[in-house]
Amino acid sequence: MQPLLDIRVERKSFASTPVLTNVHLALQPREAVSLLGPSGCGKSTLLRIVAGLEKDFQGQLRSPEGEVAFVFQEPRLMPWLTVEQNIGFSDDSHYDKAWVAQLIEEVGLKGFAQALPKALSGGMAQRVAIARGLYSRPQVLLLDEPFSAVDAFTRMRLQDLLLQLAKHHAIALLLVTHDVDEALYLSDRVLVMDNRPSSIRQELAVDLPHPRDRRDPLLARLKALALTELQRAHVI
Amino acid sequence: MTSKTQTVPLAAPLVMQRSAWPRRLKGLVLPVLILLVLEGVVRIGWLPSYQMPAPSEIAVTLIDLAEGALWKHIGVSLLRVLAGFAIGASLALVFAAWVGLSREAEAYLEPTFAGLRSIPSLAWVPLLLLWLGIDETSKIVLIAIGAFFPVYLNGVAAIRDIDRKWVEVGQMYAFSRRRLVRRILLPAALPGLFTGLRSGLSLAWMFLVAAELIAATKGLGYLLSDGRETSRPDIVLAAIIVLALLGKVSDGLLAALEKHCLAWRDTFNGQGAEQ
Repeated sequence: MQPLLDIRVERKSFASTPVLTNVHLALQPREAVSLLGPSGCGKSTLLRIVAGLEKDFQGQLRSPEGEVAFVFQEPRLMPWLTVEQNIGFSDDSHYDKAWVAQLIEEVGLKGFAQALPKALSGGMAQRVAIARGLYSRPQVLLLDEPFSAVDAFTRMRLQDLLLQLAKHHAIALLLVTHDVDEALYLSDRVLVMDNRPSSIRQELAVDLPHPRDRRDPLLARLKALALTELQRAHVI
Repeated sequence: MTSKTQTVPLAAPLVMQRSAWPRRLKGLVLPVLILLVLEGVVRIGWLPSYQMPAPSEIAVTLIDLAEGALWKHIGVSLLRVLAGFAIGASLALVFAAWVGLSREAEAYLEPTFAGLRSIPSLAWVPLLLLWLGIDETSKIVLIAIGAFFPVYLNGVAAIRDIDRKWVEVGQMYAFSRRRLVRRILLPAALPGLFTGLRSGLSLAWMFLVAAELIAATKGLGYLLSDGRETSRPDIVLAAIIVLALLGKVSDGLLAALEKHCLAWRDTFNGQGAEQ
């Protein structure tokens, strides 16, 4: 099967420091893949390359034009726009109201369409950011540590929401995280990254159907494996 | 958490009952006190009234003026400030947008503006009088120069201080330059632009007085110098009061507009501010 997205980075450096070397990653339709590694290992850079935000690298990127959306680490909502206007941001003022209303309901923010971002909690703001990502009906959603700034319980709820939305809209997910549990719970494959200059150290397949049980012993075994790899990479 | 403490009723009036005395009244305390003391001191004769007229005397002068030429002076001054501010601020906004958005424009223009800025604006006065004469044009140009720099500087800073993270959202949607400006840069720069406009307006009033003190036959600045020449401190003080009121009202209008346009801001508004 032709992958939805295919990225090959031979080398990416900032100034003269290499951050990424020999990374190859292919994403199949509807697949969820996590990049797991410490902060500053270059996994966010890899995601930004895939998003087209970082164009200066040696390698090739093949991605579905206009079908890629990004959810940033912080919600990055425009504080002067309401929730509704933020979700339809890419279409200026003539956004599709019905579609926005449906997304607001899907992310569980019914009744907040007219609220300003300053009235939202961190978790709610990130829900709006996810809805904004879905607005353009993308095939791939890129997420850069999207839940790292919310508390543990909110994080679990947002993870379930993300899985549900990805399934419902048939979207592939490429997620960057430093949370081992999050990576294993969400993904079909977890790619463990090396320290700088980083490459993909190991690939862990998570062969479990959704919905998953966070207490599943297989998840625990995979976590042990991931931790061992991270330790070998001198990450922890 | 299995404790049953959740049944403990919340102390509802936990919010400290702040003094019911409205804030505005608190602000009036000091000025009223000063006026009373001045009135007393002048009446007793500790201060000669030809130097410091009693507040009541100033009030009488103000009423006299209001029945006479005061409105004409106010009208003339107001028109000058508005014209000068409008010209100076609009030019400043145009240049601020240009320099703020384009590195190229910055390279060409910024050194010149930095140089011009280091000239104390009042140093232009003799030149303006030589070039433009002593009528309206020179006054309006001087006011425009005064209003230009605060608006320009704050405008450039407002654009350059915009968080790159917001701009990236626009890049993600492949926004064109124009759309980026309209959808992200302009709204994000608005708080800084308002700061600039407000300080520009207050400088416009300052330069109005300077211009009218030097050469004018009408206007509040003229009233000031007229009061000095005729040894009438009550007229000078009355003009000062009118200038203060006009400055306050015009700034208040801008502040109201700012509040309306920037209602989305989530800012600190003083410790213990009422909700």
